[in-house]
Amino acid sequence: MIRSRQVTAAASMVVILFLAGSVLLVRQIDQVRTGATLEEVVYISSPKFVKRASLGYDGLVADIYWTRAVQYFGEHHRAGGGRYELLWPLLNITTQLDPHLFPAYEFGSTFLSAQPPNGAGTPEKAIALVEYGIRNNSDDWHLYYDLGFIYYDLKDYHGAADAFLRGSRVPNAHPFLKILAAQMAEHGGELKTAQMLWSATYETTHDKLIRANAAAHLRALQADQDVTELEALVERYRQIAGHRPSSFAEMAKAGYLHRVPADPLGNPYQLTPEGHVLLREPDNFPFVQKGLPPGYVAPVAPKILLVD
Amino acid sequence: MNSRILHIATNTFREAVRDRVLYNLIAFALLMTGAAVLVGQISIDIERLVVINLGLTAVSLFGVVIAIFIGIGLVSKEIDKRTLYTVLSRPVRRWEFIAGKFFGLAGTLVVNTVFMALGVFAALAYVSHHFESSDAAILVALYFIVLQFVILTALALFFSSFSSPLLSAVFAFALFVIGNFSEDLRGFAKMTRGITHWLATGAAYLVPNFSALNVISQAGHGQPVASQLIAYNTAYALIYAAGVLGGAVLIFEHRNLK
Repeated sequence: MIRSRQVTAAASMVVILFLAGSVLLVRQIDQVRTGATLEEVVYISSPKFVKRASLGYDGLVADIYWTRAVQYFGEHHRAGGGRYELLWPLLNITTQLDPHLFPAYEFGSTFLSAQPPNGAGTPEKAIALVEYGIRNNSDDWHLYYDLGFIYYDLKDYHGAADAFLRGSRVPNAHPFLKILAAQMAEHGGELKTAQMLWSATYETTHDKLIRANAAAHLRALQADQDVTELEALVERYRQIAGHRPSSFAEMAKAGYLHRVPADPLGNPYQLTPEGHVLLREPDNFPFVQKGLPPGYVAPVAPKILLVD
Repeated sequence: MNSRILHIATNTFREAVRDRVLYNLIAFALLMTGAAVLVGQISIDIERLVVINLGLTAVSLFGVVIAIFIGIGLVSKEIDKRTLYTVLSRPVRRWEFIAGKFFGLAGTLVVNTVFMALGVFAALAYVSHHFESSDAAILVALYFIVLQFVILTALALFFSSFSSPLLSAVFAFALFVIGNFSEDLRGFAKMTRGITHWLATGAAYLVPNFSALNVISQAGHGQPVASQLIAYNTAYALIYAAGVLGGAVLIFEHRNLK
């Protein structure tokens, strides 16, 4: 009996030690082979072969490839290098395995089109991806909307207007596509157009990440507009009073403002002695173009607030 | 079904339960729970899709493994344990033995699939908090998976009636793989000419048409499955399984068991 217990104890110890040892070794191996797993995933770069090898379970394999694409993008985005060589093969295999996997088009095109370090900076591949999605899901207007957005980011307002127009012809398309197409054709580069685009995204999506991203863009556009208008007001004050205001309170006292102006998150704007208007917490406005303090370096990963 | 077939089927089911075949449900439950909790954290916007794809794929693969590995031993095990002689010494005919074994294993797989289906729907309720009318496609996909099991069980039993368990497993699994390419095979056959065309076409139609029985991706996207396809697939699976079982009976009837 005692001997049996001794054997049990010894065997248990061996099991624990070996398991712990193997875990440690696997961690070491992973460090030696950084990125190897993912490279092996796309070693077979032919989507057709992957589809055949999946034995009919291509839906699940597509989900796995999409998850790998998300993981790959996330890891490289955090690292901040701005290099995403495997992103396109991963997305290409994903969508060829499952041509109806909408998140892969919706998010994948954003990953591909955004400029480094926030994306791969390959809008032509993003367009190819969404066009492939449209060919396979021609009855869904969302993909045309995504395509228009990519063209808009490229400042190709003609292309954007064309994409929105094509989308507006799809049965049951959202009516704003027609408005967007017209607005894009006539006033492509204007702030109002950008606000309209992001408002449409905000109102039509059910995804909380896309919604938060749209809200962040809308806040940034609002801040850009505020800064432009406030700096113009400061300049007018200088021309009339003969000196720059020392604070917004002084301008409010002189009747130029009703109150001390605040950014879309409620923090008061800052006025510099040179007459520039700055954001107090620029990290909260990842897409803003104006109001940034001199020498400001944006964080590698944009801070998207999930408050909306 | 006559009472002798029913008895053999019931005993086959009991034996499978005694062999802890249904323990795979624990692994399945863990898989579904893990997927439901994990996917939302590591991927974007595919929680629901993964639960459906992973759930139905797991139902299919678990069932395929059970159908093959239990099916190949249905006859040979009885011979090895010499229990077959006891059964056949009673007023049980050989074809009844084969039919009973088939229904017993098919019944085990149906019960297993029903429990797994409940798991899939529970995980789906967890991730999406509601069901949609398009989820009916999942039921169709599950039904097609059961039809796959019916064919595969018949094939495993067929090989088991004349071959060793190892070779039977190899043959059955090979046919499962080939059957998933059956549409491609028919396409290739069309490209050939002369005698090759007839041989290739014959072979392409002889292998089970598993590719038409896989609508998992379609179910994942909530796309409806044509009622005509449901009817044709049902008829096909039943006819094909009956044909294969007929072959198994034919071989087993003439097999020298001494």
